[in-house]
Amino acid sequence: MTTVPATVTPTPGPARLVDLFEYGLDAPICLTWELTYACNLSCTHCLSSSGRRDPRELTTDEAKAVIDELERMQVFYVNIGGGEPTVRPDFWELVDYATAHHVGVKFSTNGVRITPEVATRLAGNDYLDVQISLDGATADVNDHVRGAGSYDTAIRAMANLRDAGMKNFKLSVVCTRHNIPQMDAFKEIADRYGAQLRLTRLRPSGRGADVWDELHPTAAQQRELYDWLLAHGDSVLTGDSFFHLSAYGEALPGLNLCGAGRVVCLIDPVGDVYACPFAIHDEFLAGNIRQPGGFAGVWGGSELFRRLREPQSGGACTSCQFFDTCKGGCMAAKFFTGLPLDGPDPECVQGYGEQLLAARDGDGSALPKPSQDHSHRTAPAAGRRTGPVPVTLTRRREADRPPVSACAESPLAGYRPD
Amino acid sequence: MDIDRAWDLHPQVSVRPEPFGALLYHFGTRKLSFLKDRRLLAVVQGLADAPTVRAACSAAGIPEAEAPRYGRALATLAASSMVVERTSV
Repeated sequence: MTTVPATVTPTPGPARLVDLFEYGLDAPICLTWELTYACNLSCTHCLSSSGRRDPRELTTDEAKAVIDELERMQVFYVNIGGGEPTVRPDFWELVDYATAHHVGVKFSTNGVRITPEVATRLAGNDYLDVQISLDGATADVNDHVRGAGSYDTAIRAMANLRDAGMKNFKLSVVCTRHNIPQMDAFKEIADRYGAQLRLTRLRPSGRGADVWDELHPTAAQQRELYDWLLAHGDSVLTGDSFFHLSAYGEALPGLNLCGAGRVVCLIDPVGDVYACPFAIHDEFLAGNIRQPGGFAGVWGGSELFRRLREPQSGGACTSCQFFDTCKGGCMAAKFFTGLPLDGPDPECVQGYGEQLLAARDGDGSALPKPSQDHSHRTAPAAGRRTGPVPVTLTRRREADRPPVSACAESPLAGYRPD
Repeated sequence: MDIDRAWDLHPQVSVRPEPFGALLYHFGTRKLSFLKDRRLLAVVQGLADAPTVRAACSAAGIPEAEAPRYGRALATLAASSMVVERTSV
């Protein structure tokens, strides 16, 4: 789940907060809202398989009605994403509408539209925060996943934000096998631009399923990341991504809870409400904001959400001594790798997930597929040369003509210049 | 925290009651806090209309002897600027 660093007042309470949250809240603490499936990039690990706009996406008026509802429900802020949300022509209109209605906005962007003018505007609004995505501390590592030129775009956006006086925006990194050795370098980049580093987990969701085997951290890297996170504590945000790592011993800062349907959810560009941003699949679809009752009706009335708010069975994990801290890990990670939901996470630090992955049947063709795919139909292949295409000009072979007869008058009859 | 002085919620803080207590969100620091006690929520909500924290506790039906304990909880909120001392009226 995604949340901000939180403090708990030390008044005597009957239970730990995390136990209370398992039963759900009257409204989400924060909510991810993907405004469009359109994106200028084609990141190989895109959670939402974004690329092309969907013609059914919410209109400006429908989006404003959602904001009105969020204000009534006292949802403090939304995490806006996509796709690339800033390519929606009404993006700034919606952002202004939200902040005017006491719904704070934090949006994720690859930086393509963060010009000096936009940066100045962002720096001037306390209710606005921005998250720049970067998945490598060097251009080669980043562009391998996010596409050629995307490193430079993100760095330019961060420079514009710093120069405009924007403080403490977020540098958002998905941790992969290639960038785990770069954590110190990411921290240096964040410090250089006055940003706060935010690390999240690579999930096998959307197109992420296609590259997960190749990109997810090795067991040794998971340990390295855990130690790094413990050493940096509250100064690095994680959106509670890594609670499965708590099974190494000490719990990481944060709630350490799967918030799906309990304290978080996702509204996708066509108004579908899913339990979490990593679970775009019919199995986790709670409803649509276009149905009577709107978003509040889905949050309060969905049968799926009601089930998620009941105590979950630990299944095979119940007997593990770390179950109380890791809670069996991430539901979406299990689902899209074909593991049972009441068992270990595929990246279980005790190695139980790896054993289950190895024991799966088949070639992976039976794995659940996301219910939406808006990927660009053609993506520029990385490293392919551009420029003139060599073509050899030849005469058309006239093999379809009848054989030359004795009566043919042409002096070239029967001549084939091969 | 001096519970005989006047305190207020920070103007950039929103309060959302929940069955277990309440959520507080500070738009300036972008930090979230949780109140695990509905009576503490009543105290927080009553600060603006009370001349002192002690008076806010009493208005929320908290026995005099427990007021210091609620004062300590408010001090935690003060440390993250969720509540601030009211300097002038």
